[in-house]
Amino acid sequence: MTTTTPETPTSTVQPGQVQPGTQGGAVGAISNYLDERTSISAVVKEFGRKIFPDHWSFMLGEVALYSFVVILISGSFLTFFFQASMAEVVYNGSYVPLKGLEMSAAMNSSLDISFDVRGGLLMRQVHHWAALLFIASIVLHMLRIYFTGAFRKPRELNWVIGFLLFVLAMGEGFTGYSLPDDLLSGNGLRIIDGLLKGIPVIGTWISYLLFGGEFPGTQIIGRLYTLHILLLPAIVVALIALHLVFVVVHKHTQYPGPGKTNNNVVGYPILPVYAAKAGGFFFIVFGVIMLMAAFFTINPIWNYGPYDPSPVSAGTQPDWYIGFADGALRLIPPGWEWTLGNYTFSLNVFLPVVVLGLFIVAVLLYPFFEGWVTGDKREHHLLDRPRNAPTRTAIGAAGITFYCGLFFAASSDLIATHFKMAMEHVIHILQFTTVIGPFIAFFIAKRICLALQKKDREIALHGFESGRIVRLPGGEYIEVHHQLDAYERWKLVSFNDYQPLMLRPNDRGEIKTSQRLRAAVSRWFFEDRIAPVTRTELEAAHSHGDHGDHGVVEAKDEAMGGAPHIRS
Amino acid sequence: MSSAAQKKSRRRSTRTGRRHPLATVALIAIGLLFTGGAYALFNSTSSGTEAVAASQDQVDRGSKLFSANCATCHGMNLQGTSAGPSLLGVGAAAVDFQVGTGRMPLQNTGPQAPEKPAQFTTEDTAALAAYVASIAPGPGLPEAEYLDGGGDATHGAELFRINCAMCHNVAGAGGALTEGKYAPSLTGVSAKHIYEAMVTGPQNMPVFNDANLTPEDKRDIITSLKYLEDNPSPGGIELGNLGPVAEGLFLWIFGLGTIVALTVWLTARSN
Ligand code: HEC
Ligand code: HEC
Ligand code: HEM
Repeated sequence: MTTTTPETPTSTVQPGQVQPGTQGGAVGAISNYLDERTSISAVVKEFGRKIFPDHWSFMLGEVALYSFVVILISGSFLTFFFQASMAEVVYNGSYVPLKGLEMSAAMNSSLDISFDVRGGLLMRQVHHWAALLFIASIVLHMLRIYFTGAFRKPRELNWVIGFLLFVLAMGEGFTGYSLPDDLLSGNGLRIIDGLLKGIPVIGTWISYLLFGGEFPGTQIIGRLYTLHILLLPAIVVALIALHLVFVVVHKHTQYPGPGKTNNNVVGYPILPVYAAKAGGFFFIVFGVIMLMAAFFTINPIWNYGPYDPSPVSAGTQPDWYIGFADGALRLIPPGWEWTLGNYTFSLNVFLPVVVLGLFIVAVLLYPFFEGWVTGDKREHHLLDRPRNAPTRTAIGAAGITFYCGLFFAASSDLIATHFKMAMEHVIHILQFTTVIGPFIAFFIAKRICLALQKKDREIALHGFESGRIVRLPGGEYIEVHHQLDAYERWKLVSFNDYQPLMLRPNDRGEIKTSQRLRAAVSRWFFEDRIAPVTRTELEAAHSHGDHGDHGVVEAKDEAMGGAPHIRS
Repeated sequence: MSSAAQKKSRRRSTRTGRRHPLATVALIAIGLLFTGGAYALFNSTSSGTEAVAASQDQVDRGSKLFSANCATCHGMNLQGTSAGPSLLGVGAAAVDFQVGTGRMPLQNTGPQAPEKPAQFTTEDTAALAAYVASIAPGPGLPEAEYLDGGGDATHGAELFRINCAMCHNVAGAGGALTEGKYAPSLTGVSAKHIYEAMVTGPQNMPVFNDANLTPEDKRDIITSLKYLEDNPSPGGIELGNLGPVAEGLFLWIFGLGTIVALTVWLTARSN
């Protein structure tokens, strides 16, 4: 642990105490030279003074960033040897069981990278593991942003940028996965082809457009390659830059705690402490990826063989991040298909596409939805503890359940064989999880949040039970409660408390439907709530000292309590 | 365009390894024509029945073992009962496969007779096979020359992808079928049992007779499966050859798990 800038919980760290770098010697001369011509030192100084708070969950975005850097490095290596062509060649490399087989130049060069280029296989595996890690860390980062409410004003736009990055990352992953033109990825492309063709009316045309003729054609690998190494990465790099600029401009959020307010940031300045830590952290992420790549096979294309439209393998799945889409196709009941004259409407393919589209858009728009519901126009730089926003947390839990239902459906066959279940049962269970599960998850998560809030409230007011029973001179028995100190209590009592919006007629005395809707949603959002402890309550609780009565002090709001509520 | 045409021709050429629809019809016709002894003759020329005739002793021993262990389900005369199918004409290969992989004697009914440790010694298995084959002939035990793993692995791997991968997975890791049935993993299965499985088509597996896959084709398939088994993945630990699901699971649990643990450690206060 670096402790050069000691942090005391009571005072915010003053910027400007940073030691400038050593000034003497060649380094000094060079920096002086640069500075006299670019005045860069002002920028560095300003940037270096930025404070970055310290919490493990704030490093998830960094994990994404560093794995992306690893992807860029290893990917550049791969481009030196990969040939994005579907021309047929005869494999003549050193992997015996494929020798003499006809395959596309893309597959041929991927095999050469794996077996005949020094370090090639390692780089392929680094690239693929890093890609999986990239998207996984993005998802976790996104969940952190969501559950802590970091997307609230002024950071809604950064949420949108982040969301675009998430979608682009999946696009990057899928295009890359398809490049080697092996059997597995070919099957994946076949599914995409099917999805496109499932779009009513224009589907077939789009498919022909993408593949340059009938699937698989001879074009698709070249086109995917352009997307994969040129267009998508360029957009991703630009968006990451913008994303980080926004993080600097908005300053980083922080968890509630003593001395942390909406108007300050407590943490280490970026220079030197944070930058040193971050630099070190890059190598840690790199190291973990290297370890995986060195010891664990990923995408053994030599097992899969070259793509050929006739064979389909058992256990064909996409990489994990596309799993939810594959799962949706598996969960849809068979036979949802109608023919009308010459046309077939494949709802069994189109419906999943629509549902997933809606789900994704819901993720994109959530910050704006919540802003509309709360009507809150203030800036928020203090994060919410998830329990203090029960409805949001519950919606998140429902979303995760839905996603996981789809995600696990993509491995329904493996679940069936490995847990000795019938395929049909697995599918039915997952259908239930995906459709009904989110409601159950919503309910449970909300109850848990409210219960936790209630517990916090009680602890804030009465301290926690020490387990020590004392007999008073009068013969009365009481249990001694430990009171929290002011720091600990701060965390428990300082959070935003929203109340359902009231319906008020506007100037002309009318109530519009949109307002009614908004009031209804707001009621649904905030009807169950535990009010934070107020100063008066605290004083009241403490004025008569430690007393034996430690029943819950109910909030004034009648709506709270254990009984389930009927929501409208 | 030319490469598309090439691809097409390649596709056609790979088709030769597949069952031609007419082949089935022809085969049934042949089967109907040459029943009984003629069938045995046909079989011994094409499928490579073990030339050595089973000794009478062996058959007697097999008969006893059969009445004691198998007859309750398969009937005293192999005619079958409600608890098990007829074994007339299944041949020595089926018995050797079923008993040698421990599937038979069946212990409890389920969607599919599972593999378990073999219940009989090699001699007893051979005796059972000899007995069943002596009542009504069928596909015999494979000849050693097809089991040596010295065939063409490239061709075998291609045949495997076309004929077997849809059930057994490209790397032979196994896969799920409907109603709780599954195609098992092929790692660790002996060359003889692979051959016999193809010839007899146990349970939900189709029969690949010599018209579909010649004995040489079968030898190639065995060669490629053995190659996979003997040559561990050049990329490192294989994660069960289960493909992207296993990779994803590993990434989330090991990869991201390690990294999150490290972030927690990095930001932990020293107090
Ligand atoms: C509990 C009843 C039971 C017992 C005991 C039993 N079997 Fe079976 N056997 C079955 C059933 C049921 C099948 C069909 C399995 C299937 O196809 O799902 C079968 C299938 C077979 C087959 C495959 C038939 C084919 O068409 O390929 C052979 C060979 C066989 N049994 C041999 C034996 C031998 C030899 C024994 C004694 C060692 C034995 N069985 C004991 C129930 C039994
Ligand atoms: C329709 C799906 C299907 C196809 C195609 C198929 N199999 Fe099978 N295979 C099965 C099933 C189901 C079993 C399990 C049978 C049992 O347990 O009795 C099996 C069992 C086997 C076994 C025995 C495994 C063991 O653990 O004892 C071997 C070996 C085998 N198959 C090889 C092949 C080969 C080689 C091919 C291609 C030529 C092939 N199979 C094609 C479904 C299939
Ligand atoms: C290429 C992928 C991404 C990279 C490299 C990335 C990187 C980062 C970094 C380094 C930070 C600051 C540290 C942190 O809070 O973790 C950050 C903050 C943030 N990210 Fe991302 N991110 C990515 C994707 C996303 C996604 C998918 C979302 C949500 C849809 C998102 C939303 C945000 C928000 C709102 C912040 C500000 C958080 C705060 O101030 O508390 N990001 N990002």
